[in-house]
Amino acid sequence: MVLAAALVPLARAQGSGALSLGEIHPVAAARGAAAKVTLTMYVRTGFHVNSDKPNDDYLIPLKLTWDKGPLDVESVDYPAPQIEKTSFSDKLSVFSGSFRVSTNFRVPPDATPGSGAMTGKLKYQACDDHQCLRPQTIDVRVPVEIR
Amino acid sequence: MVAQATGLTPVKARKLAPDFTLKDSHGATVHLSDYRGKVVLLDFWATWCTPCQVEIPWFIEFERSLKGRGFAVLGVSMDEDGWDAVRPYIQKRGMNYRVLLGDEGVAKVYGGLDALPTTLVLDRDGRIAATHTGLSDKREFLDEITSLLESRNAGNGAGSGAGSAGAGAR
Repeated sequence: MVLAAALVPLARAQGSGALSLGEIHPVAAARGAAAKVTLTMYVRTGFHVNSDKPNDDYLIPLKLTWDKGPLDVESVDYPAPQIEKTSFSDKLSVFSGSFRVSTNFRVPPDATPGSGAMTGKLKYQACDDHQCLRPQTIDVRVPVEIR
Repeated sequence: MVAQATGLTPVKARKLAPDFTLKDSHGATVHLSDYRGKVVLLDFWATWCTPCQVEIPWFIEFERSLKGRGFAVLGVSMDEDGWDAVRPYIQKRGMNYRVLLGDEGVAKVYGGLDALPTTLVLDRDGRIAATHTGLSDKREFLDEITSLLESRNAGNGAGSGAGSAGAGAR
């Protein structure tokens, strides 16, 4: 049972990159319970980022990774990609506009109740129709309350 | 046919390309200033940059057809994974020109290099005669290079006509 799903894209984070994250709210869950965190991402107009499964081995996928923390990671779920045609490729597997990436966590049964945080990194690489920006990594931090 | 080299910066307005010292794919130390006296196409690129992939075959062709006329292509890879990513790519694409591995120091002196490809055309004095950010046009590159090559005297390259270089533009 999911006790708390606490990320709501109420506002866009500030940032100079081509991708920004929606507001991150704390997650609260009991020992042994599941907890789902959904990050909303906004890609700057005119740009796209590679999906988690780009169709060329050389391309850098969007990837969300979590550090070891109070919650165990069960899976990271990415949306279905869009297939885009640009001036330099007929079929790119990308995300653009706004999209969501969810992580399914589980609280270890023997976790110590209290406050903590899950930290992770979101790596992405963005392009527009004629140029690519260098890969960027955004630090992600989700406050966690274990009951 | 005489092509117009409209993209070239007038000689007096050209700035010296910042010198750098980097290693090439064979481990040799290369200074940009080693290329003084040649027209240089300086391409900042990366293996993950799809528009860069479009331009690389053009540069291979320029290197092959114009090398004997005092011209060189110099590729600077901005891949953060280093030679492990770049060497196989050079091999796979048959890149016949010298490739160096860039670093943050080079990025800084060239304005950050946030967008790739960024390609500079340097005159024989090592000054920046043209700058292209993003996927550019093969014909435009060729016109700029041939115009500079035909300016036999250093510092006399702007606005001169460009003849056939033997490298057909697409």
